[in-house]
Amino acid sequence: IKEEKQRLRKEKKQQKKNKEKKDEKASHESEKKKNKEEKPVSAAAPASQPPTQPSTQKAVPAPAPVPVPVSETPALADKPAKTKADLKAERRARQEAERASKQAATSKPKAPPNELQPVVKRLPEHVQVDNPGVLKKLAKKLERQQIPLRLDYGYKVSLFSHLHQYSRKAPLTQQLSIPSTVIHPAIVRLGLQYSQGIVAGSNARSVALLHAFKQVIRDYTTPPNEELSRDLVNKLKPYISFLSQCRPLSASMGNAIKYIKKEISNIPSQCKEEEAKRKLLSCIDCYIDEKIILAAKAIAKSSIEKISNGDVILVYGCSSLVNHILCEAFEKNIKFRVIVVDSRPRLEGREALRRLVQRGISCTYVLISAVSYILPEVSKVFLGAHALLANGYVMSRVGTSQIALVAKAFNVPVLVCCETYKFCERVQTDSFVSNELDDPDDLIVTRKGKTQLEHWQDVPSLGLLNLVYDVTPPDFVDLVITDLGMIPCTSVPVVLRVKNVDQ
Amino acid sequence: MSTMVQVVNLTTMPGPDKETDLTERIEAFLSDLKRGGSGTGPLRGSAETARETTALLRRITAQARWSSAGDLMEIIRKEGRRITAAQPSETTVGNMIRRVLKIVREEYARSRGSSEETDQQESLHKLLTSGGLSEENFRQHFATLKANVIEAINELLTELEGTTDNIAMQALEHIHSNEVIMTIGRSRTVEAFLKDAARKRKFHVIVAECAPFCQGHEMATSLSKAGIETTVIADAAIFAVMSRVNKVIIGTQTVLANGGLRAVNGTHTLALAAKHHSTPLIVCAPMFKLSPQFPNEEDTFHKFVSPHEVLPFTEGEILSKVNVHCPVFDYVPPELITLFISNIGGHAPSYIYRLMSELYHPEDHEL
Repeated sequence: IKEEKQRLRKEKKQQKKNKEKKDEKASHESEKKKNKEEKPVSAAAPASQPPTQPSTQKAVPAPAPVPVPVSETPALADKPAKTKADLKAERRARQEAERASKQAATSKPKAPPNELQPVVKRLPEHVQVDNPGVLKKLAKKLERQQIPLRLDYGYKVSLFSHLHQYSRKAPLTQQLSIPSTVIHPAIVRLGLQYSQGIVAGSNARSVALLHAFKQVIRDYTTPPNEELSRDLVNKLKPYISFLSQCRPLSASMGNAIKYIKKEISNIPSQCKEEEAKRKLLSCIDCYIDEKIILAAKAIAKSSIEKISNGDVILVYGCSSLVNHILCEAFEKNIKFRVIVVDSRPRLEGREALRRLVQRGISCTYVLISAVSYILPEVSKVFLGAHALLANGYVMSRVGTSQIALVAKAFNVPVLVCCETYKFCERVQTDSFVSNELDDPDDLIVTRKGKTQLEHWQDVPSLGLLNLVYDVTPPDFVDLVITDLGMIPCTSVPVVLRVKNVDQ
Repeated sequence: MSTMVQVVNLTTMPGPDKETDLTERIEAFLSDLKRGGSGTGPLRGSAETARETTALLRRITAQARWSSAGDLMEIIRKEGRRITAAQPSETTVGNMIRRVLKIVREEYARSRGSSEETDQQESLHKLLTSGGLSEENFRQHFATLKANVIEAINELLTELEGTTDNIAMQALEHIHSNEVIMTIGRSRTVEAFLKDAARKRKFHVIVAECAPFCQGHEMATSLSKAGIETTVIADAAIFAVMSRVNKVIIGTQTVLANGGLRAVNGTHTLALAAKHHSTPLIVCAPMFKLSPQFPNEEDTFHKFVSPHEVLPFTEGEILSKVNVHCPVFDYVPPELITLFISNIGGHAPSYIYRLMSELYHPEDHEL
């Protein structure tokens, strides 16, 4: 497989060079449009080299970088060469040739993080389900990595035909051979836990992922003639594909994976295997400690200043961070009561309710449709986040934006608590373009012995939509509490920039 | 011999039997209302309740003993208070009683010969010159009053039967093709409205399921069987999908005097989301749902049902330590509503107070 991969990589390089030569010739008769296409393609191709690149180009947790240049090349080759104003075209062609030769000369242009580059974000596969080319490529990649492809289930609402929709009753592990030779058993177990919803919540998923990777590293041995820094990264790629097939990766998981890959590739080649493994394990532990546990403590400390005696606090669903804050505040003997808002079909609020009641906090419990009844009593709203996007939008469990909206209408302050490792460079303005579709059968409910939607698949014009995430606009959120301090929603890109400079 | 005596007895004393028959019917109606409200009996639609109330009032008019309009109104008011006390949240009952009272007043006035217009309009001039309490005490006896009142009530019944169709007929004026329409819960009026439009136009409907009773599921199955593209979403996703919605069409339980709504819970959130995205909110409500109440009384506005629907008894350990609320209705202020579609046409929420003065007499607002 390794040789095959190297061969493929060489092929791609060849193709790219051929393409550049072809374009030089073709650009004699081509339009302006082609030039614009050229630049991003050549910028993307070198960027897809080893991940030591500063990861400003990588958006969401990505599949292997190999498919992308391939996807760009057919697109360009198909473009018909039109003849327009020849003089203009020739001038452009000359510029083109210069630019192409410059690009070919510098093999790995390092993009300094302070420059404003035209950043090309590779669109992750899981939001391109309606593109058959992308699906075919994914299938080929998975075949190469020997991971089964998970099939979509049920009728998908047309607005979401670009997303996957899986059934919980058909986990990926059923299609795997036992024992799996390619995938580490810890990862298989993790994948199953994700797809069945046993491990849920972005912090829990990240921590579980990191622990599984620790196990993988412990069991890893470097094959002869290989370097640990390169080989281990390649070993992790099929695992990541498998996990993203089980359930699309979250932003926090994506950042964790980026960190691990960076750490692995920074291992010097003369390092002995035992020492390298120890170093990696301690890095992972350090990451968990710093980014999750200590961050939670810091956030709790800042948030407790915001909770006063006699407060009525509204929380939504089960956020581990918000629960932690409330328990800490209760330890400090602040007198407050909590209203837990819950929603179908996940009903995660019940878990939060159990944890809070166990601590002795007095709680009220309602469903999300009753939120406008209960809001006049509320003094503050605390929300957890799944990710914070670069344009200030908060991506969180579906229903969060609704609560923020109604709270705004009643003039109740909304505070979002989020660790910095969940900050993400993506931008998004609505909940459609990138989301996760959960099993539609979850919406079916039996009341008084009758299940109305039992045979929804038989009715052709009926669809069930079970969204997992939604985005909250920044004008609904009054404050974001992070481990770096209390910032407004719009300062997220500032924090990202600071973090990138540090790295 | 004995049988003949009995027959004679029957013909000379018709009153008590008819009265007991009447009281029986009233009691049956009351218990039906009480049962229907708790959710255990078959959930009846408001239209049905309105029709039954009007039929009952017609029977009272026909069978009870009264000599003048004032007596009749007293009887109706007394029974009305009992009936509304049985199920305060079912406002259509009270509305129908007030309509009938207004009918009685009108018929009385017509019998007396004075025109309806001057009696209705309490102009400032009249208030100043009349000098005190209204001189009407409805004591005069008119022979034809009973027949007139019963005829008017029959007209009212015909009107009630046609409300849903009247509203559905207006559907094509408001729905264009390829629209995405959102609705919540289950309303028979909206169902008929959408099905009528679907005969000629193709559009997409998103139904919010409205937990915990999930009546949205029934609505969705019914609409999809009529061939309409339907999608069911959870309540939590209302804001998330609102950006793609062109119109929001909802039904309501009651239309309040200020133009606000008392609708199923979750409607306020839906209205706020629609306002945020500047999506028009259309309420399909027949006229018998218009009630002269204002939303001031906090303690009488809300109705709660068993919290078992929200947090079931299987969560036994924490049940005793937690307060659980399950409100049934939501208040939607008139600023969030764009249009009311009723059986007499479309109105803005600011016009509702005027309609009220046409349907009910101010003195009947408090039964």
